[in-house]
Amino acid sequence: MDTYTEKIRSIAGSLLKEGKVDRVIGYKKGSIPMATNPFAARTVEQARELVFNSTCVMNLANYITDSSETIAVAAKGCDSRNIVTHIVENKIKRDQVYIIGVPCSGMVDKRRIIEEFGSDLTEFSENGDEISVKSLDKEEVLKKQDYLRDCCTTCIKPNPVVYDELAGELVPEPEVKNRFASVEKIEAMDPDEKYQYFTDLTADCIRCYACRNACPICYCPTCFVDESGPQWVGKGQNETDIQTFHFLRAFHCAGRCTDCGACEEACPMGIKVREFTKKLNKDTSELFGWDAGLDQTKRPPLDTYSPEDPDDFIK
Amino acid sequence: MGNLIEHIGIERERIHFSWISSAEATKFVDVVKDITEKVRALGPNEKFKKIYN
Repeated sequence: MDTYTEKIRSIAGSLLKEGKVDRVIGYKKGSIPMATNPFAARTVEQARELVFNSTCVMNLANYITDSSETIAVAAKGCDSRNIVTHIVENKIKRDQVYIIGVPCSGMVDKRRIIEEFGSDLTEFSENGDEISVKSLDKEEVLKKQDYLRDCCTTCIKPNPVVYDELAGELVPEPEVKNRFASVEKIEAMDPDEKYQYFTDLTADCIRCYACRNACPICYCPTCFVDESGPQWVGKGQNETDIQTFHFLRAFHCAGRCTDCGACEEACPMGIKVREFTKKLNKDTSELFGWDAGLDQTKRPPLDTYSPEDPDDFIK
Repeated sequence: MGNLIEHIGIERERIHFSWISSAEATKFVDVVKDITEKVRALGPNEKFKKIYN
């Protein structure tokens, strides 16, 4: 991963020096262990602050929309798929974005590690497939593969789908056996169990909308939850209003979500927001043979009409 | 949409989608009758319901 950091810094440095781009979006070291922040470098000096490691969990495609500037982005597989979605949805032009492709070996599940260590982490470092974590109580070397985020274990595109330059060798494409196993588990429940499951899932939601703000495809100028005329959904802590928010946000992401996991990373309450979006990913995959962000020439399936539409009510 | 509603635990038979032209009055009647029967069989919905105090 350190080689990635060096490479990203040198690419970013020369792009800024030559004036090819106005800013380079990447990650910089956060203020606590196991944290990186999205960061826009505008000068060669700032480019030296860029880093890349297994804690670069946020989706950088979120920071490139609605700009007249030329922007370089360090993009993992998922970020690159969201850049494709932005290009398809006219949020940025392809020639406006310089994609520094970062082949990804998965990001580490910080929440799980903190839970297992039981106290604040004091140090985190990685060396190839191993990560060493130190907390106030203990110090351990762990296998990175065993501590990947859930969305990384079912990732179909760790390599960027589109790039102008690579920051490292492409990684082998994984064979994911059943990426929708978690959805199938819920599908097997009866209606009452399902409803109870989702009621419990969203019970802790404080409606901070961090999931929405971290999501690259949630870019509406006024989100339906913020609208006051008409007011689509109540703004308080009412259980049904909370469920409506999660339910509708997920539906707006249908056929556009790349399962990057930024929503869950951003959630301060640890709500598994992807339990909603994953179902829609499964549906679009099964009904339309579609996975978001793979093709710059095709509109998302819910955005187009085809005579082959699998739903028969519309024919 | 129907699939997602079903996924969070609302019975599939409660949700109906149909394409009816303004000239298809009889089709409209048939669809509404069909919906009413199916929903009546399920009984009142107690889920995803906002209660005002």
